[in-house]
Amino acid sequence: MSKLKNILFVLIFSIIVLNSSNSAEKSPPFLETKWTFKGLFGKFDRASLQRGYQVYTEVCASCHSMKYLTYRNLAEKGGPEFSEAEAKAIAASFEVTDGPDSTGEMFVRPAKLSDKFVMPYANEQEAKAANGGAYPPDMSVLVKARKGGADYIYSLLLGYSEPPEGVELDDGVYYNKYMYGNKIKMPAPLSDDLIEYTDGTKATAEQMSKDVTNFLMWSAEPHLEQRHKTGFRVIAYLIILTVLVYFTMKKIWSRVESKV
Amino acid sequence: MHYIAHADMAFSSVEHIMRDVNYGWLLRYVHANGASMFFLAVYIHIFRSLFYGSYKSPREIIWILGIIIYLLMMAAAFMGYVLPWGQMSFWGATVITNLFSAIPLVGESITTWLWGGYSVDNPTLTRFFTLHYLIPFLILGLVVLHIWALHVPGNNNPVGIDIKKPSKDTVPFHPYIVIKDAFALLMFCIVFALFVFYQPNILGHADNYIEADPLVTPAHIVPEWYLLPFYAILRSVPDKLMGVVAMLSAILILAALPWLDTSKVRSAVFRPLFRQFYWILVADVLILGYVGAMPAEGLYLLIARVATAYYFAHFLIILPVLGWKEKTTPLPLSITEPVLGGSPNLAAARSDEKIEKTIK
Repeated sequence: MSKLKNILFVLIFSIIVLNSSNSAEKSPPFLETKWTFKGLFGKFDRASLQRGYQVYTEVCASCHSMKYLTYRNLAEKGGPEFSEAEAKAIAASFEVTDGPDSTGEMFVRPAKLSDKFVMPYANEQEAKAANGGAYPPDMSVLVKARKGGADYIYSLLLGYSEPPEGVELDDGVYYNKYMYGNKIKMPAPLSDDLIEYTDGTKATAEQMSKDVTNFLMWSAEPHLEQRHKTGFRVIAYLIILTVLVYFTMKKIWSRVESKV
Repeated sequence: MHYIAHADMAFSSVEHIMRDVNYGWLLRYVHANGASMFFLAVYIHIFRSLFYGSYKSPREIIWILGIIIYLLMMAAAFMGYVLPWGQMSFWGATVITNLFSAIPLVGESITTWLWGGYSVDNPTLTRFFTLHYLIPFLILGLVVLHIWALHVPGNNNPVGIDIKKPSKDTVPFHPYIVIKDAFALLMFCIVFALFVFYQPNILGHADNYIEADPLVTPAHIVPEWYLLPFYAILRSVPDKLMGVVAMLSAILILAALPWLDTSKVRSAVFRPLFRQFYWILVADVLILGYVGAMPAEGLYLLIARVATAYYFAHFLIILPVLGWKEKTTPLPLSITEPVLGGSPNLAAARSDEKIEKTIK
């Protein structure tokens, strides 16, 4: 039995090691910051999510789409939890093309809660043309689509610097020490006091990076809070049941002369 | 059904399941991690059989049925991985289906036939979807045969000797084994739940959250963790056809194991030399898994080649020779002896008499 357990542990351990070292590109360790959504009871910081949405909509949204989100998500439980009136007001500030109406014409109307986030460009080609040939990726699941997740996004946003000597950069290409290959076509998007937070928080680059990364984490995992809550209950239940079954097993096996 | 098996819609329909379907996130994470847990359980099962010699006569049929189940599991898991239509789905499918093009003369035609076109595209996705639904039923049927075949010789035991029937040395399946298995299953479920609720994506690859793009190749194309050792073997051979042959042989060689292992003694408990080679093999497979996840170049490639050579040497040279040369330790007379200690059978026999008396 003990050998079987050894194998189990070795396997699990190796899986985790394998995956964490999967793409061992030589990049510096990520910047450290405290995320509230990690851990057994991890939850999002509501105020940070709301500020993060502000950063997204005022800065990122000019190039990056978020096509899997709808405006109603902003008012849903476990998210930024804007009030329904606030979410409606946010939606109404965008325009969508709808139709055809009864006369066969398309028309423009303010967005509703049920509408998807309005995209900055009509299609990929337009997005590329406007950004020097680089396609700004959709941000809905971006955190899950990058090795390192939230830490990577946070570090990348703050990882811009002058290129070291000997590195030649073309026009419209910037140096970022966390980017794959260190060359990125997005100019440093955040700088101190770029926006003015509605809740009065000082908008440092670190603060904005953290808030927007929080927001992106939520957009990638909108049910994270429910997942952690359910998970804790499921595992607590399983542990209690396992202990009970363990004693039942001991009792049953005490009828025969054997070491279980 | 919320999933849509279409190249343009599969990715967003999966996101729809994750976001808008009630408990869709839970179902998907249980399904995706469940595949990994299935393989984890099967790998423990296989390596236990290797240790206790459960594949040896008279259980060859059970063992071979098991290998077929394992092959079908790989097919089902691979096709399931393609369905979300992310970058790794698409490029994984491209790499694996392209293996068939290595077959001389008809390879290209077979690949075209598998794809339903001239590249991995919508017809590939739809047929993989139907096969992903069909194969589990085949697995179920084979599992029934696997257990049926087990019921002929009965199961092996850690001591690896035959039990004379009727025997007083064994206990009824219910309640003894049922409660023990229930306990083990619950422990396994806790590990499973930890993955599902706290690290649901750690066993997957980040690139699979990027929608499939036939024009952009990912930096490294890697399969899921449970296929990595075979991927390492595939890439360690410079020739494409020979690589495919090596990869297939690595799995099929297991089917010949009952005849490659020439030792009369089943359990490794009584085979001191085999026991050492067994643990080297375990380490070898883990190393293959590790280099399978790394780029096939430089030192990694060298390690992969050595480990591949050793993998085959274990089955083709070490095992047959060990059977002839190894001096095994003496086998006990009954399975109770190593448990109760002392002289064989007497203690057990006496207690059996007592039980019989009390029953009468």
